[in-house]
Amino acid sequence: MLEEHAKLLGLIRHAGEIVGRKKLQKMIYILKKLNYPFQEKFQFHFYGPYSEELTLKIEELCNLNLMDELKEEKGGYHQYRYTLTEQGERFLSHYEIDMPGIDALVQTLNDQNARFLELVSTVLYFNNLPKEAVIEKVKVVKQKQHYSDEEIDEAFRFIASLQKAAAETGASSHFHL
Amino acid sequence: MLTRRFEELDEEKVFKDPVHRYVHVRDRLIWDLIGTKEFQRLRRIRQLGTTFLTFHGAEHSRFSHSLGVYEIMRRIIEELKNYVHWDEEERLLALAAALLHDVGHGPFSHSFEKVFGTDHEQFTRDIILGDTEVHAVLERMGAHFPEKVADVIAKTYENKLIVSLISSQIDADRMDYLLRDAYFTGVSYGHFDLERIWRVMRPRDDQVVFKRSGMHAVEDYIMSRYQMYWQVYFHPVTRSAEVILRKILHRAKKLFETGYRFKHEPGLLSPLFRDNIGLADYLRLDEAVILYYFEVWQDEPDPILADLCSRFVNRRLFKYVEFSPTNLERYTELREAFTEAGIDPDYYLVVDSSSDLPYDFYRPGEEGERLPIHLLMPDGSLRELSRESDVVEAISGKKRTDHKLYYPADFIDDLSDRRAAKLRIKELLK
Repeated sequence: MLEEHAKLLGLIRHAGEIVGRKKLQKMIYILKKLNYPFQEKFQFHFYGPYSEELTLKIEELCNLNLMDELKEEKGGYHQYRYTLTEQGERFLSHYEIDMPGIDALVQTLNDQNARFLELVSTVLYFNNLPKEAVIEKVKVVKQKQHYSDEEIDEAFRFIASLQKAAAETGASSHFHL
Repeated sequence: MLTRRFEELDEEKVFKDPVHRYVHVRDRLIWDLIGTKEFQRLRRIRQLGTTFLTFHGAEHSRFSHSLGVYEIMRRIIEELKNYVHWDEEERLLALAAALLHDVGHGPFSHSFEKVFGTDHEQFTRDIILGDTEVHAVLERMGAHFPEKVADVIAKTYENKLIVSLISSQIDADRMDYLLRDAYFTGVSYGHFDLERIWRVMRPRDDQVVFKRSGMHAVEDYIMSRYQMYWQVYFHPVTRSAEVILRKILHRAKKLFETGYRFKHEPGLLSPLFRDNIGLADYLRLDEAVILYYFEVWQDEPDPILADLCSRFVNRRLFKYVEFSPTNLERYTELREAFTEAGIDPDYYLVVDSSSDLPYDFYRPGEEGERLPIHLLMPDGSLRELSRESDVVEAISGKKRTDHKLYYPADFIDDLSDRRAAKLRIKELLK
């Protein structure tokens, strides 16, 4: 019961704290693309892959007091900080989550900013296309974000390094760029 | 064939529709798409899946919803013509995408996707791009037209305005299903003033915004989403039927994998059980097919499959209690007691959470998470809806989650055998 929720709690525990809903969404999408067994269904939205199911699970975890959500005012918007509660720690201790190597990857992803993770997840979303077509698609769907060629190159390099790290730890990623 | 690209019918065709009164078709492209077998198949798939077991009127199909989304899109384009130039191809692209946005749905899609990992959005793409009648009709518009339609539906098309009219926080899809589902379920809430919303729409580069003076019409729409969710989409009895449906599929798949000899072979469902369903096999599935198997599987020697099918067909659904899933000890005890009572907890003790049926409430969210609804203020600036509307702000912050435990009360109430274990279950369920 609630195994999928426990995986999310495990991710928050590895990260310590995740600042921003958008960042959390993109981190889980990227990990899913690295073949870690997150089951949430993602669709492409204005800002890249997004999962309503994930949003609702996070809300459930907060309402169950297993996760803490701190709402902060930022410009015309709100920003949210996520941490594990003590009750969440206890809940998690009942589960054995076998995701080899995920701790280091979570740290790596959490060190990036949301804008870059948006780019990375968008590149991954189109991973069934050849590299040139991916770049073209990114420029079409992310017109407003004005990603530079350097940023796009960096995203490809970053994905390659993630893929390598995931492969070394046994999670076989299912994308090829 | 190029001459047929923008061909109009000699006479406008209309469909009578209980929500929009008439659905008007003038374009040959749209008329021919409606006539394809892939689109006609939507007549045999209910818009609301198992909801008809709770609201008996909810028998309407994805066919009627798809026509409704097309009609709304057609009328929005008429409204927006005053503000933005639509070239003929973009107009037909928006209409075709509106009509076809759900063409990849299968029977009881949500449960099937949970159990078999199928993806109706991928099938929508496959139908539009694959060897189908739909593709053949779309291709008459040009070699790239089918791909453009698929990209609009996948939200990756370059013209974000068209994308947002079909899929955003306030779009033609939701406008139709909220009104249609309210009409057919017979509930008295869920209504809003569609025409008023269209009239206050103003196009921007990548989305439509709404004049501040029309905010109350948009508020009604948000309230409709909120009320329809709690009163219809997330009705606990409908969830019970969904739980049983999922368990039937799990059981049948497990039996198939373990070499069980079905009295009635699963035939058309076999590719799903083998995890290798292709487009041609997928298109043969509809609700009539699924309900046929449920009917005949009532006679299966496997008692679990036979019982679950009988429950679904005869509406002997599971009962439920509110449940806090953080109480792992109680859950473990319950599972043990079910096993002692000879009732397999894998099929008869089910925790169902709100996230099992994800529904997108309106959320202002944070910057860059998802595009919210914007109001166009008199000074020309934009403001996110909940910043301006107390009503929307109030319901945006409401708790929207719950967890229920579903179980067969009739089995537990039958104390003729394993009485002690069943009494313990009753105690634990209190």
